[in-house]
Amino acid sequence: MIISFASGKGGTGKTILATNMAAAVSRTEPVVYADCDVEEPNGHIFLSPGELEKTDVTVNNPLIDLDKCTLCGICSDVCEFNAIAILGPEPLVFPSLCHSCGACAELCPEKAITEIPWKTGEIERGYSGKLTFFSGRLNIGEAMAPPVTKALKKALSPDSTVIIDAPPGNSCPVIEAVHGSDFVVLVTEPTPFGLNDLELAYKMVLKLGLPFGVVVNRSDIGDDRVEKFCADNNIEILLRIPFDRELAGTYSRGELAIDKSDDFKKKLLELYQKILSRTNYG
Amino acid sequence: MVELVIASGKGGTGKTSLVGSFAALAKNAVLVDCDVDAANLNLIIRHRIVEKNDFSSSSKASIIDGKCTSCGICKDKCRFEAIFFEHGLSPVPYYINPLLCEGCGLCKQLCADDAIAFEPLKSGEWFRSESEYGPFFHARLGVAQANSGKLVSLLRTRAREMAEKSNIDLILIDGPPGIGCPVIASITGAAYLVIVTEPSLSAIHDMKRLAELAGHFKIGIGLCVNKYDINIELTEQIERYAESAGIQLHGRIPFDMGFNEAQLEGKPYTLVVSRNSSRVIADIWESIKNRMQMIENEALKNKV
Repeated sequence: MIISFASGKGGTGKTILATNMAAAVSRTEPVVYADCDVEEPNGHIFLSPGELEKTDVTVNNPLIDLDKCTLCGICSDVCEFNAIAILGPEPLVFPSLCHSCGACAELCPEKAITEIPWKTGEIERGYSGKLTFFSGRLNIGEAMAPPVTKALKKALSPDSTVIIDAPPGNSCPVIEAVHGSDFVVLVTEPTPFGLNDLELAYKMVLKLGLPFGVVVNRSDIGDDRVEKFCADNNIEILLRIPFDRELAGTYSRGELAIDKSDDFKKKLLELYQKILSRTNYG
Repeated sequence: MVELVIASGKGGTGKTSLVGSFAALAKNAVLVDCDVDAANLNLIIRHRIVEKNDFSSSSKASIIDGKCTSCGICKDKCRFEAIFFEHGLSPVPYYINPLLCEGCGLCKQLCADDAIAFEPLKSGEWFRSESEYGPFFHARLGVAQANSGKLVSLLRTRAREMAEKSNIDLILIDGPPGIGCPVIASITGAAYLVIVTEPSLSAIHDMKRLAELAGHFKIGIGLCVNKYDINIELTEQIERYAESAGIQLHGRIPFDMGFNEAQLEGKPYTLVVSRNSSRVIADIWESIKNRMQMIENEALKNKV
């Protein structure tokens, strides 16, 4: 069972929901939390997973053997990402543009290209009671988040419930994070920005063919356009959470809201049961 | 002409609301919304679209039914696990999932039967608008698409051309969240980056990663703290960090429901009725402008 928390817009409360649900569920059963917002992972702040085991994430980059290279230019021609240029007496490789597809090495007629690993990030793993914590972390200066997310997802064991904290947006890093989920929770707020980005996130989950529902956070700060949009499109609103300055303070200090409010904990466990009942796991 | 980027690392700290207000205060700037994944600046800036263009990023591979002989080499060689084999699938047992296809074209190159089509795909649209505060460049990346960095670079190029043509000195950029490809494409070569953060441990963590990224690309950084009164202690911690890291502080903005009101009315914050923090934002804008002036003078001096 894999549940993902996503949202087009950032700062709507994905991490609050994902970490608190993971912690609440872990009081009674084993659960895995996976922070797939590898550009800006925050889950560790709330879940205090203790000492972390770290594994490198590497991608392959071409290494050109200049003794074998005839400067024929095929590698540069076949590279769709402009990561190899033949300008002067030597081919130039731009590792940050490379997508590690292997086309250059595969198609070099002189077999002059090998691939060498290049570290782009890390996978962290830790434990807290029945909770197994995973987080991906993209190295600063690296452009591509998806390989780190992919490596993170490969490391997860599917034996227990997995809760995925996705990055904001609707493009490749999010697709990589939510792909393969049994259920996606789209977190939004009732503002024009929230609505606009919910519409995009809705199109994304439809395109991926994933079951989903909506949580409206700070449900009393805006207008009724998000409610209308959901009603018009038969989208289930799973939970509404009113704005609570106390909760904002708890979040700011990196504390779990379920430890401060039994009501919040109850709501999240109900949300969890609701999600299970909407999937084959209920 | 200088490019100023407003970004945050963490989403939802108030970047776009501030960019809208800065645009209203600057009066004449070229505006660019580089958050092409989830663009929102167009919701608070009155504008009229005058030019609309398709954007196509990478090409996508697909199998040509009549030609495929099911040799399977494409599936074996695809690094992105985008090619699937399914018994009984008609007319060929292979298919390529366009959402997983990276657009590298290796399968097409290797296919001995010339059975793979590799065509550019429309993956979004970009717009040039006229807004009440100057030319406005924005885009809409199709959902589930890649290459937002490429689209960001395209918007910035068009914005620079427009600024030069129209003799506008300032390009004001609303940046995306995160530190990856679209952020790198938004900040490289810009004159100055203002990080909008908030007093939470998450936002501080994300701000530091963004500051490190900007340092990596040698871009000057300033900072302002939004919703500062949610946690004064952390606000002070952020300000101490900024001082020690050589980051200029441009000011603090209190938590204010007026920002929501502005969004609901579709206006920049500084133009709504309950704009208690207008003075604060105007002061922040002045402080940023002064700093940008200094950077420009410095650049001129180095040229001479």
